[in-house]
Amino acid sequence: MYQYNQFDKHFVANRAKQFRSQVMRRLDGSLSEEEFRPLRLMNGLYLQLHAYMLRVAIPYGSLNSKQMHQLAYIANKYDKDYAHFTTRQNIQYNWPKLKDVPDILDDLAKVDMHAIQTSGNCIRNVTSDHFAGASIDEIADPRPSAELLRQYSTDHPQFQFLPRKFKIAISGSPNDRAVIKSHDIGLLMKYDESGNLGYEIYIGGGLGRSPFVGKLLKGFLPKADLLPYIEGIMVVYNLNGRRDNKYKARIKILVHENGIEKIKQEVEENFLIQKQNFKQPSDKLISAINERFKLPDFKQANIDNYKIELKQNAQFSNFIKNNISEHKNKDYSIISVSLKNIGETPGDATSKQMQILANLAKQYSHDELRISHEQNIILPHVHKSDLPKVFKELQKANLATNNIGLISDIIACPGMDYCSLATARSIPIAKQIAKHFNELNLEEEIGQLKLKISGCINACGHHHVGHIGILGLEKQGKESYQITLGGEENLSMNIGKRAGPGFSSDELLPAIKRLIEAYLSLRQNPDESFLASYKRLGEKPFINALYPKEEKANVA
Amino acid sequence: MARKFIEKIVTANDLLQGDVIYFTKDNIWSRNHQDAIIAHTIEQANELLEKAEQQQDRIVGAYLSDVFLDEAQIASPLHFREIFRARGPSNYFHGKQTNI
Ligand code: HEM
Ligand code: SF4
Repeated sequence: MYQYNQFDKHFVANRAKQFRSQVMRRLDGSLSEEEFRPLRLMNGLYLQLHAYMLRVAIPYGSLNSKQMHQLAYIANKYDKDYAHFTTRQNIQYNWPKLKDVPDILDDLAKVDMHAIQTSGNCIRNVTSDHFAGASIDEIADPRPSAELLRQYSTDHPQFQFLPRKFKIAISGSPNDRAVIKSHDIGLLMKYDESGNLGYEIYIGGGLGRSPFVGKLLKGFLPKADLLPYIEGIMVVYNLNGRRDNKYKARIKILVHENGIEKIKQEVEENFLIQKQNFKQPSDKLISAINERFKLPDFKQANIDNYKIELKQNAQFSNFIKNNISEHKNKDYSIISVSLKNIGETPGDATSKQMQILANLAKQYSHDELRISHEQNIILPHVHKSDLPKVFKELQKANLATNNIGLISDIIACPGMDYCSLATARSIPIAKQIAKHFNELNLEEEIGQLKLKISGCINACGHHHVGHIGILGLEKQGKESYQITLGGEENLSMNIGKRAGPGFSSDELLPAIKRLIEAYLSLRQNPDESFLASYKRLGEKPFINALYPKEEKANVA
Repeated sequence: MARKFIEKIVTANDLLQGDVIYFTKDNIWSRNHQDAIIAHTIEQANELLEKAEQQQDRIVGAYLSDVFLDEAQIASPLHFREIFRARGPSNYFHGKQTNI
């Protein structure tokens, strides 16, 4: 596990101290809200509908048990005994008091955590594959690269006032789990023909108001060139990104307006310039980073107990079927712990649950935990002989919901229950849909389906890339929900297509029911997923299911 | 023909706690929607907002919010966003609803 270096410790401690004095000055009236707002946002502190919200970075979604314990402690001490895990692999506290925030930052710094660069027009928390360092399909662990980027971009003077926020994601596996093509820069680790490790690079992806699929910028970049190349991109963006209009300021618009060929050429030119005098990180630093992401010392043990349990315990084998992914080491497994307990808020965990997960990680997962962009928590290295014990503990803590990848494993943003930008609620919609299909015992029957909900056009809930996407809007003073179909989030990323007019909150669940019924009756066989059926048949039958009356009207 | 004026109140978030507050007739802030002073004309509304905004050391982001009056002249929020703000989130029993 990577340890922060002295620079980080100093920097984070200093920031917390600075913020304490800024809060004092805001409270005694010497700073106005206009002056204070950017300062609090720099430290991850937002004001939402009912309270402040503190967003804490979990770099590339990796943390250890000590850090998880501290997050739980903070939730208990300063908040309402729970926290929300987000699609950006961060954690959000929904009820902190302004006067407590400096203390929270101090408590975070004690475990080398902070809320820096979780907001503002800078390079944000670099996100990564939540199975990094564990998955069997991995070409290389993406986290050393993510960490290098983090160190390079943190407080980099040129990157503090970019035209707009900037998000980088990196995947070390061809089965992209980091949605890299929806980021400003997406990096995919790969080998070239001669066996050199490097990256395939995508640029200009994004969701939000104007969604774009990232475009291929470079087929192969040798590993050692990463930083000067990224700097080449940042120079082009910093100079040419549109600062005149907030809605056109992301790099996706620059790429869209200029065309990928022109951007390619400019980046290439700038990269060559940067490369000449670039102060590369020392070999010592690189090997120190690599050292810290070494594979744990895997243990050897007999797994017969696991095999027996699989045969004897149906609940256990169902859990294994849905929540386990294949590990590099054949005697190990990756557990995805669902934070989508039926009828509860997607992504929320209580302090107690966080503590239990921290303890399980310490005892059974080589002290590692991951946060997935799908708002679940991962125990990345669990020996198969330990799976039955871990399962029992998860069950006791109400954390054994076996719905990973199913219709009730919904991503939902906070929506109008918390977010001040929201145009409608998303949490009650997610709860309602999950509950309905769970009660009918239909989740397994429906199979793999990604349903994603955002409470406004900003698309924090990734609705554009949901097989079924739901976008909450306001229509004539009421909440209204627009459905998109056919979105996809891996390397074949695709923006879902709007199905038609929105549904009121009462009409939405019946519409989703019709859609799912149509799929079940149309699929070729139970192995054909919703997305596969949609691709085979096209949108027509699904749209007819969503809008049955209009179909009749057309016929008449 | 001029549109009928929709009655308004001034609301903001509390600087210290971050929670929702309403401007009252005594130039102080209340956590209770019913305590809000009601503007019946656009002039009154702007005047109230200006007064409220002077209390920058107490509040964040004051704005006018539409209300409707029942027969007893009690104001309730018109827009669903303001209804949620006056109540709290719907997924937990947290926020204002715990005090009602
Ligand atoms: C409640 C406070 C939040 C605020 C004020 C906020 C604000 C925004 C805004 C303004 C955008 C659009 C940016 C653009 O297109 O330029 C955005 C995008 C996004 N946010 Fe949030 N958000 C919030 C919470 C969240 C949460 C809870 C998550 C994760 C669950 C999240 C994840 C994302 C993602 C994934 C995107 C879209 C990706 C992109 O194109 O950047 N945000 N957010
Ligand atoms: S999508 Fe909109 S409502 Fe949801 S968290 Fe993002 S900004 Fe808020």
